Amino acid sequence: MANQQPNSENPRIDIEYRRKKSTEEMRYQIISFTLMIFLTLVAFFAVGYDGFSGWFTVPFIILLAVIQVIFQLYYFMHMSHKGHEAPALFLYSGVLVGAITLLAFLTIIWW
Amino acid sequence: MQAEEKFTAETWPTAPERATLEGKNKFLGFWLFLGGETVLFASLFATYLALKDKVPNAEHTLAKDLFDLPLVFAATMLLLTSSLTSVYAMHHMKNFNFKKMQLWLGVTVLLGAAFLGLEIYEFNHYVHEYHHTFTSSAFGTAFYTLVGFHGGHVAFGLLWIVTLMIRNSKRGLNLYNAPKFYVASLYWHFIDVVWVFIFTVVYLMGMVG
Repeated sequence: MANQQPNSENPRIDIEYRRKKSTEEMRYQIISFTLMIFLTLVAFFAVGYDGFSGWFTVPFIILLAVIQVIFQLYYFMHMSHKGHEAPALFLYSGVLVGAITLLAFLTIIWW
Repeated sequence: MQAEEKFTAETWPTAPERATLEGKNKFLGFWLFLGGETVLFASLFATYLALKDKVPNAEHTLAKDLFDLPLVFAATMLLLTSSLTSVYAMHHMKNFNFKKMQLWLGVTVLLGAAFLGLEIYEFNHYVHEYHHTFTSSAFGTAFYTLVGFHGGHVAFGLLWIVTLMIRNSKRGLNLYNAPKFYVASLYWHFIDVVWVFIFTVVYLMGMVG
């Protein structure tokens, strides 16, 4: 792994740099949290509002959920950081199998 | 780097959760587990969607009349906020600030416990007001299995985080326990990922009809 040890002569400078990076990352986390709250509010309002039909609301709120989960995975769970190739493989394999399961259950069972 | 080595904020590695071989293995193994959990929950979602509103007669309450949006909204906000507080905990873990990490983990646990309390109230309400039980209909079984499994995950996550906090309270941070805290926080985020789909697919879609 490339990001392990402080490699300058002066650890003080290193730590200042790392704190700055860390604070910067926290700002992205706050932004993604705000967006997630916003998406949740939009989804609840879309359902609470009578003017939309189910044919619009259902795909719309599922789309909002998918966007929100992407924020959760890539920011809160750090999948945007390097060294997450294997986790991505595992997770997307799970998503693939899960999607096939959902498709099968929704199309085979019709009563 | 040795797991038992004493660190200072200056010598603490930038990715402490993956600085040792054990940490790397935990990280990889845990993500594999999360891939499996994805399949588990997807199959429960598939079952729920196939059996939604499948009740034996008209006396049974359907999703549309059962769910209460304000309660679900409150539960969602609690769990979403607890996800952010565990991000804060990991932020302090990476900055080698053990006390603040413990504090934010404590806040996470409180929010998670409040969520679980709301869910218990909700289930109790359905059973006693609507006679919507695990055995009353296929709809009931699918609903309680899916949402209850998630609630079980929340309960397990709370016990896990509390155990880690108590077990390491006098130890401070080192490369032995940093991966443990990190993996527990990943689990907590995953619980929130599942909840996002539960509130959308079960509750919101249930209200749409």
